[in-house]
Amino acid sequence: MNSDTHLDGNAIGSLLSDLFGREMTNQRACCDACGAINPLGMARVYVDAPGDVVRCSNCGTVVLVAVAVPNGVRVSFRALRWVELPD
Amino acid sequence: MERAAVRGRLNWLEAEVVELVQEAPRVKTIVFEVPGWIGHLPGQHVDIRLTAEDGYQAQRSYSIANANGSKRVALTVEAVENGEVSPYLVSELVVGDRIELRGPIGGYFVWEPSKGGPLQLIAGGSGLVPLMAMVRSQTGVSAATPTRLLASARSWEELIYRDELEKSSVDLGSFEVVYTLTRSQPPGWTGYSRRIDQDLLGDSTWPIEDKPLTFICGPTGFVETAAAIMLELGHQPGRIKTERFGPSGG
Repeated sequence: MNSDTHLDGNAIGSLLSDLFGREMTNQRACCDACGAINPLGMARVYVDAPGDVVRCSNCGTVVLVAVAVPNGVRVSFRALRWVELPD
Repeated sequence: MERAAVRGRLNWLEAEVVELVQEAPRVKTIVFEVPGWIGHLPGQHVDIRLTAEDGYQAQRSYSIANANGSKRVALTVEAVENGEVSPYLVSELVVGDRIELRGPIGGYFVWEPSKGGPLQLIAGGSGLVPLMAMVRSQTGVSAATPTRLLASARSWEELIYRDELEKSSVDLGSFEVVYTLTRSQPPGWTGYSRRIDQDLLGDSTWPIEDKPLTFICGPTGFVETAAAIMLELGHQPGRIKTERFGPSGG
């Protein structure tokens, strides 16, 4: 993993907002692989791939992938154990 | 009921260009008037969407540079060579043009006075944009949060907002700015002239005992370096927030 290519969870603020219907980057999520709990804004986001690949900032496991498809975006939840929603 | 249901949804809004400011050779600030804008916090960004005649769409995110107020959104955009969106925004947009915009977006890399301080801002290149919104939001505030900004740029000419920063450091009693110019310096330069390192950050940022709230923004390598040094200096991870800028197709 080249640390010079990734952005962070701030870059997927609008994708998360589309998914959850509210601002999510400051909401905590738990990585299913290592159990680390961090705000989504801290995640590593790789936008050079054919889609957006979101990795845990602690262990690097792919937790979410979003790929453009003809009529929108296909989102794959790979290793998000849980996400907190604000009131 | 219907309003509440769509409260969090980001709808595309039509934005009209009302002002253009050349900030540096390839960098321009574009000020939009956005009817329906709900307001924003310093650190938030917007999505911009361009649609070609054949229906092809390109979308990019840009940080908001201005303080909240009067339905205006200012973006400072650097033209990325061979980019798809930024050269158009920087070179071709004229006052009166309309584009699509949605936001505000972001809740993690966001500062508001209630989050307290002192505030330590560390900017690499155009990473200064969202941090400038934090500085600007304190103009005219009676009890401004003590703020220090370290701005790294390649040269004085490439340092965006330089006149305003100079003025703010005089006008705002609680604001200090330190520069480092990494490639070339004007004659008689007394600021730093190297890339950030532990000595530079240790000497120019708030001491650990002041427990600053730190926001770091810039290219990925710059942000990684700055965040690692702040941790080495002994600052608490929970008090350091980062945002990485990437070209991502420009």
